[in-house]
Amino acid sequence: MKPLLLRGGRVVDPSQDQDGLADLLLLDGKIAGLGASLAAPDGADIIDVSGKVVAPGLVDVHVHLREPGNESAETIATGARAAAAGGFTSVCAMPNTDPVVDNEAAVGFAVKQASAAHGARVFPYGAVSLGQKGEQMAEFAKLIEAGAVAVSDDGHPVASSHLMRTVLEYAQAFGIPVAEHCEDPDLAKRGVMHEGVVSTRLGLKGIPAAAEEIMVARDVSLAELTGGHVHLCHMSTKGCVDIIGRAKDNGINVTAEVTPHHLTLIHDECEGYNTNAKMNPPLREQADVEALCQALKDGTVEMIATDHAPHHYEAKERDFDDAPFGIVGLETALGVCMTALVDGGVLTVPQLIRCMSTNPANAFHLDGGTLAKGKPADVVVFDPTATWTVDPSQFLSKSRNTPYAGRQLVGRVERTIVAGVTVFESGAP
Amino acid sequence: MIHGAPRADLSLGKDLLGLEHLSAQQIELILDTAEPFKEVSERAIKKVPALHGKTIVNLFYEASTRTRISFEFAEKRLSADTVNIAASGSSIEKGESLVDTARNLEAMRIDMVVVRHPASGAPKFLAERIPSNVINAGDGWHEHPTQGLLDLLSIRDKRGTLAGCKVCICGDILHSRVARSNIWGLLKVGAEVAVCGPRSLLPLGIEELGVHVFRRPEEAIEWADVLNVLRLQLERMVAGYIPSLGEYYRVYGITQQRLDRAPKDLLILHPGPMNRGVEIDSKVADGPHSVILHQVTNGIAIRMAILYLLAGGSPRSAQAARPAGEDRA
Repeated sequence: MKPLLLRGGRVVDPSQDQDGLADLLLLDGKIAGLGASLAAPDGADIIDVSGKVVAPGLVDVHVHLREPGNESAETIATGARAAAAGGFTSVCAMPNTDPVVDNEAAVGFAVKQASAAHGARVFPYGAVSLGQKGEQMAEFAKLIEAGAVAVSDDGHPVASSHLMRTVLEYAQAFGIPVAEHCEDPDLAKRGVMHEGVVSTRLGLKGIPAAAEEIMVARDVSLAELTGGHVHLCHMSTKGCVDIIGRAKDNGINVTAEVTPHHLTLIHDECEGYNTNAKMNPPLREQADVEALCQALKDGTVEMIATDHAPHHYEAKERDFDDAPFGIVGLETALGVCMTALVDGGVLTVPQLIRCMSTNPANAFHLDGGTLAKGKPADVVVFDPTATWTVDPSQFLSKSRNTPYAGRQLVGRVERTIVAGVTVFESGAP
Repeated sequence: MIHGAPRADLSLGKDLLGLEHLSAQQIELILDTAEPFKEVSERAIKKVPALHGKTIVNLFYEASTRTRISFEFAEKRLSADTVNIAASGSSIEKGESLVDTARNLEAMRIDMVVVRHPASGAPKFLAERIPSNVINAGDGWHEHPTQGLLDLLSIRDKRGTLAGCKVCICGDILHSRVARSNIWGLLKVGAEVAVCGPRSLLPLGIEELGVHVFRRPEEAIEWADVLNVLRLQLERMVAGYIPSLGEYYRVYGITQQRLDRAPKDLLILHPGPMNRGVEIDSKVADGPHSVILHQVTNGIAIRMAILYLLAGGSPRSAQAARPAGEDRA
């Protein structure tokens, strides 16, 4: 492995309060130096990155890679490459595959597929309960020994408050977060979009904001009761932000994520029965978008995660009720966030990197999210001013289900480096 | 009564999917085109050659008696060839997708599809993928445009005009495609619209569509010129939206006693089929101000007008078709 010197970029590393022109040296898969006018070791590749941002590789704690069971939509390998194309160096794969990742063999399979993927690192989640049925707890110790970094029944809420309490208690022995898909199953039953004037117009069954907020409030109470770490997936409402803000004021062990689409789109996208605007939680209202942006800015919600949910073309090519929830997000996340949040004046570049790399790595105890010396050489280089148009046919993901097709975005990934090796380069075949 | 001559330069486009995206002029065009077709059904020989040689498929993914028969009569009275496909006993049951079904029908060279489907938006989905004309015969909770139009025509018949007319739609608005089509259609042509029912059966944000909301039928009756009383389905009680049909009748049933307290005579509509003694009292349903059977008759004229306009017929020749048809008869 050749040493790599990234010369003259704007190096942004919130973990060290670094934001300024500098060189970054990568050696033997580790960060070897950060500073002005670093000398290149013998045989090093020197890359001029002036005008570009150099940052710790992005970390996405919420993706669905569909393998095993639905490899026509995505595999761990294609997902890892799509992640790299989006500037991600680590992603956490949800366990709602077929079969569910609820045992050590299933985790082992995911780890094996990930090791051969040549893209971002892929860390599996284990299920909270066997088969994600919400009844019997999975064997966390075995899951974690096999390589799981967290547990979740994502796709389904843990409906039983008793089970959620027990899981939050039991998981503490392993220091892992319990990630929850917050949804009251009764209130959300058969809902397909946000409940509001658009669902009323379209005649579609709504999912009220309260369905999500009730579960967030319950989980916050259980985290307080148990002292366990609850991680709240894909927050989508102003009410959730308010509950999380109060929880954090009270010192409760809660972290939360928000997706790029919930930060930028509202329920009007469902007009015309656009199945690429169908996701769960659903796109909400402008006041929710504003509250979520503010929550990122003030740290109430500390991270962005994509909820990358690939679906085969045929699956979304049907009426709205019958189409599956979810959109792909890995390859548009940075552009969407640079455009809406940085150009939109919500966050600075360092604040964005904190939400997309530093904070998720810390919350999930992943070895990344920093350019500190001796840490893994996981780096993203992106052009913060380059504009590009989203063309799903160019995605490295196997799936194309995005509501951003045709949108012009600012901020393009130039190079993604994992353990010192370039796994994605813009314009490369 | 005399209505303005239909404008020849207006058209409906390829499909009729709902009233939300039609203009007032397009709605009036349909109502005016229906006028001459009313008379066809009153003849001894109920047939005009307007759609002779056209093939129409009635593709029903949900049970329907009234709407399907009304469409079939309309098609036959226009001399079209028709085929009925019901959700049971066909490839639909074998899991063939909506689009595959429609493409197979296209391969048999059809001209129009009348579709009813339990999923909101399904007719639009179909319309965007096949070249045939698509007519929505009711999709989920979304729209039932031909029902909305026949309701408008029935009100216009009795009151002369729709502009300024106060219409209250009563009952289960949440699950009702008839309600949505009525709201859009009536608002477009300048009527005032209200809804009345238990809050658990009113959709969130309904006020934002531009309608008044009444919590109790007494208030609605005080305000309205017309009541359009919707069918209350038994499933709503099972699903927990109301405690019982008996209690619903007690609070929301449209009874003669309630109407007797009205400051004026109200026109009573119901899209059928009725639950007598649940949402409406027999005295009201069969009373002098009920136009419920008139709605059924108008349904055929409205559907004839829509089929005729979508097939490319000009409104002027629909008017002209009347004496020609009479000559033939």
